[in-house]
Amino acid sequence: MSSRKEPDNPQQDEATPKNKFSRRGFLSSVGITSGALTTGLLEPEAEAAPVAAKVVGPGEVPITLQINGKPVKISVEPRATLCDTLRNRLELTAAKRVCDRGTCGACSVIVDGKAMYSCTLLAIDLQGRQITTLEGISTEKKLHAVSKAFVNNDAQQCGYCTPGFVIASKAFLDRNPNPTFEEVKHGLGGNLCRCGTYVGIRKAVLEAAKELKGGSNA
Amino acid sequence: MISQQFEYSAPATLQEALDLLANEGAKPLAGGMSLIPMMKLRLAAPEQLIDIGRLRELNYIRREGEQMHIGAGTTHWDVESSPIVRAHCPLLSETVSNIGDIQVRNRGTIGGSAAHADPSADYPAAFCALEAQFKLVKKGGERVVGASDFFVDMLTTALESGEIIAEVIVPVEQRGTGVSYQKCVQPASGFAIVGVAVRVSSEFVRIGVTGLGAKAYRATNAEEIYTSTHDAAKAAAVVADGADSNSDIHASASYRKHLARIYTQRALKEAASRMG
Ligand SMILES: Cc1cc2nc3c(=O)[nH]c(=O)nc-3n(C[C@H](O)[C@H](O)[C@H](O)COP(=O)(O)OP(=O)(O)OC[C@H]3O[C@@H](n4cnc5c(N)ncnc54)[C@H](O)[C@@H]3O)c2cc1C
Ligand code: FES
Ligand code: FES
Repeated sequence: MSSRKEPDNPQQDEATPKNKFSRRGFLSSVGITSGALTTGLLEPEAEAAPVAAKVVGPGEVPITLQINGKPVKISVEPRATLCDTLRNRLELTAAKRVCDRGTCGACSVIVDGKAMYSCTLLAIDLQGRQITTLEGISTEKKLHAVSKAFVNNDAQQCGYCTPGFVIASKAFLDRNPNPTFEEVKHGLGGNLCRCGTYVGIRKAVLEAAKELKGGSNA
Repeated sequence: MISQQFEYSAPATLQEALDLLANEGAKPLAGGMSLIPMMKLRLAAPEQLIDIGRLRELNYIRREGEQMHIGAGTTHWDVESSPIVRAHCPLLSETVSNIGDIQVRNRGTIGGSAAHADPSADYPAAFCALEAQFKLVKKGGERVVGASDFFVDMLTTALESGEIIAEVIVPVEQRGTGVSYQKCVQPASGFAIVGVAVRVSSEFVRIGVTGLGAKAYRATNAEEIYTSTHDAAKAAAVVADGADSNSDIHASASYRKHLARIYTQRALKEAASRMG
């Protein structure tokens, strides 16, 4: 991601590319790499495109994301992950970038009610979805029941995995409000803690389940 | 890790997607659970991604007579949590619930898993045991390919350029059939070091194996022995015969073969105990 500038025209329809893009066939026939598009070497193609669907990128594309209940307009390259977009562009740094390949869970967010790895999602692919980050459910002033239970159970050491665990735990409890210890273990299998605080975490999730009494979302 | 630049399109209809995919350099994106990591590692560098993950036309689970039709864009979680799948194709429910982590199952799709053809993926074992059929579509064409022809080699399938999986077709399980999926899990990723899917009834037995070789396969030799002897140990003893076993830091070739025999025996016994 090269610049932090806002979309040139925020009123633009969210799927509208910055300019009309040439088609793949054209690009390959003239042997120009897609990088030419970002440098503005190519003019919008005059000929009518054979398909209706818009092709955007590889340069920045204005998009609108629904984050923590609010629409957020931003321009991103199609290759920008949600994790990088949240952290580097939107100052939402609860989701951590650790393995960056969908293994550790530190980058977890909730998309349409489901826990997902934000490092393995393209921001551009999430338009129209409801994205919830830890900032959206738990603040210093009002901690979510899961966060509180993490504090009570000393469920962290360095704390780097904690936001991902809290988000994943919330999504897990929404689906399974009355879990057993084994179910918690299995349900949070997508999150890793290098400091090895698993026992505290699992206890915390069970405590939060009681506190939430059947899954109200605090 | 940042992937190479690419163009992106999210077509609204399957037809539009197929038109776009007919262009050279275009690649379908479904859940991205395999493709995005591959792109970040620069093992894949498509020039254009066609996002088929949003197509409603590819997202369904239907029973039609004696067959289940599952749209390629159906997520692992949607299959796992589907009462229709649980009732009519319990082997798929059991297999899919074993895939990776919930974050992966919430997003990854049945079509993406089949198309990626990871030699350690879980689904292919069930696809082989179910003799699943794949409906493949491309601009101006459609064909149906069976699992044994679909999986060609490691990460290689019968898919042609511009072609995508539209749906996976599996049989409705008849009463009296017992099923089981038994997996030796690689704990960090969740992938199968070896996974064995079994369907057994008084009429037939089907055994699908993943993780052992370059591609999942149906172990017909073990099926024959089980049919004639009903002896799980005897059948399991031959399940890895002739297989060109993988070897990596997680398991050597001979250990993988050993695991295949053990897990085949477990799956056969459990499936048999669930007949009735
Ligand atoms: C941490 C982690 C753990 C995992 N653990 C497991 C596991 O334990 N067991 C397991 O089986 N899998 C596992 N997976 C893989 C997972 O199941 C993927 O979801 C699946 O392999 C790919 O599905 P997708 O929809 O995400 O496809 P994508 O990543 O979007 O695509 C994968 C490939 O298939 C192509 N493709 C996608 N859809 C279609 C289609 N309809 N037709 C033709 N081509 C298509 C794409 O072009 C690409 O080449 C894991 C993944 C991760 C990140
Ligand atoms: S940073 Fe996304 S799963 Fe590890
Ligand atoms: S508390 Fe350090 S990684 Fe979990």
